[in-house]
Amino acid sequence: MIDPRLVLVLSAVLLSLGVVGVLTRRGAISILMCVELMLNAGNLAFITFARINGGPDAQIFVFFVMALAAAEAAAGLAIVIALFRLRGTTDVDEINLLKW
Amino acid sequence: MQGVDIIINLLKIVIVFSALMLCVSIMTWVERRLSAVIQYRLGPNRVGPFGLFQPIADGVKFLQKEDIIPAEAHKLFYILAPALAVIPALCAFAVIPFGPTVTILGKQIGLVILDLDGGLLWAFASTGLGVYALVLAGWSSNSKFSLIGGLRSSAQMISYELPMALSVVSVVLVSGTLRPTEIVAQQAGSFLHWNIFGGGFQLLGFILFTVAGYAETNRNPFDLPEAEGELVAGYHTEYSGMRFAAFFMAEYINMMTSSALGITLFLGGWQLGLPARWLPEPGWLLWGAQILAFVVKMAFFQFLFVWVRWTLPRFRYDQLMNLGWKGLLPLSLANLAVTAILVVYGVVGH
Amino acid sequence: MELIAFFVLALLLIASAIVVITNRNPVSSAVALAFNLVAIAGLYMVLDAQFIGLLQVIVYAGAIMVLILFVIMLLNLREEAKAHPAGTFQRILAPVTALLFAIVIGRAVWLSAPSSFPEKTEGFGTAASLGKELFTRFYYPFEAISLLLVVAMIGAVLLAKRKVS
Repeated sequence: MIDPRLVLVLSAVLLSLGVVGVLTRRGAISILMCVELMLNAGNLAFITFARINGGPDAQIFVFFVMALAAAEAAAGLAIVIALFRLRGTTDVDEINLLKW
Repeated sequence: MQGVDIIINLLKIVIVFSALMLCVSIMTWVERRLSAVIQYRLGPNRVGPFGLFQPIADGVKFLQKEDIIPAEAHKLFYILAPALAVIPALCAFAVIPFGPTVTILGKQIGLVILDLDGGLLWAFASTGLGVYALVLAGWSSNSKFSLIGGLRSSAQMISYELPMALSVVSVVLVSGTLRPTEIVAQQAGSFLHWNIFGGGFQLLGFILFTVAGYAETNRNPFDLPEAEGELVAGYHTEYSGMRFAAFFMAEYINMMTSSALGITLFLGGWQLGLPARWLPEPGWLLWGAQILAFVVKMAFFQFLFVWVRWTLPRFRYDQLMNLGWKGLLPLSLANLAVTAILVVYGVVGH
Repeated sequence: MELIAFFVLALLLIASAIVVITNRNPVSSAVALAFNLVAIAGLYMVLDAQFIGLLQVIVYAGAIMVLILFVIMLLNLREEAKAHPAGTFQRILAPVTALLFAIVIGRAVWLSAPSSFPEKTEGFGTAASLGKELFTRFYYPFEAISLLLVVAMIGAVLLAKRKVS
């Protein structure tokens, strides 16, 4: 059988890979995708704990996190579209109108 | 899992896969002959008696075509897209029960590959993954017709997933379970117990599911994204030879999966539709008849697909999206509400 | 048997995650992310959470990723530009920080989690058990999240609408 600690370490690795992605990527949509990666890493940890403790509580949490991720993706992408129409690019380094 | 179970599962997979592929080639013949009958002309009748070897001729034709990849196309996705179209279509068939629990050599074998607790969700997951093939094929071909066709096709597919899912949810409300084998078992008895008739009063749900099924599989009257004369050929404009044949196969397999789902949910699956006292003893006579019943129902649905394709004119794209979002979706929500009321007051439901 | 499935899936997960964070073509990283999500769903199924695994494929891989792909194609995003030379320090610091992060969390988890899974409880991961909890104990969060989804839909439509000038 699988060692739950391995799954949790995998989830930590995925989380840190997502962090690297968010910090390094330049396109707004790519950053959103790395955020989704982090959310999924968290979900994986939740499901592991659900399997360890046996109840439906953590799975319900995952359910809500998925719904939240959907809402956030939709709203975030709409913002990116509006930004693209304004500046002609999704490159976050170019979105600097409010810079001092 | 014991070794015997693994072998039995592998055998089931092989049987279902070969049956599906055989049906695809039969369907190409049926489509061409039936369309000929509808259009008052002869169909293929040279390649063997009644043109029965036409699918073989088609297959050979596809195999010997030149393998073209457009100049600036994204190679990986261009090659991957046809495979991505066929695989989810085949996977969706895994949860569909095509026969009762037979007893071979003393072992009970349910004639379904995957008896999942959330079997219907698996079917939806697989059809949902089929959207990627359209999007990737359209994008990777590096051609305007392909891109617009691909985006339109996938937008159409995801729009019509909603009424389809809602009509399925109404059936789940009536049956109380997501497991297809149980849903079929609950429709035993005379055909008035089927979910479409007295078992669940899901006639509207059935109509919604079928119409959404036509749109999901990109068949007429919803085949604007891939019709000739509209967008050349939509997302598969730049494909030729075996790759195009793969898209073709994927379309037919999707047709069969959506018909099989409709049969399982609304028309009693492999049930014969006769009251229990008229049925013979459980044995190969009964089981063979039930498997045959499933095949006959599938054949009827395929006939319906071809008939509708060659009879109705096609929808314009905005009419299509209007129908999906402003017509089918409210109707399926209303169907869900009515079914919920019926279940609460105990008129239907298990 | 499950160990083999776990290791194969873990490898696929890490490989596709690396493609997501490094590939400059947004469509390639989107498809890699979709693959990643399906692999995570596979991992959920290995952990006996069937309903959540299937839901993951339907919602995440089948809807959210398609949405992201659509937006990428509608905006016709090209390959991402090469990074600024000015950000080199950050680009070296980011993986180092993430590595430290992973080591800290990994160590914490290694010390606190049990070393083997207990037996599966009856009805774990089925739709029935989750539905029962969702509509009784978690009823208010359920209604709140449906409200949230409606608000997000309205917000997305309003934000992305073309202004009629």
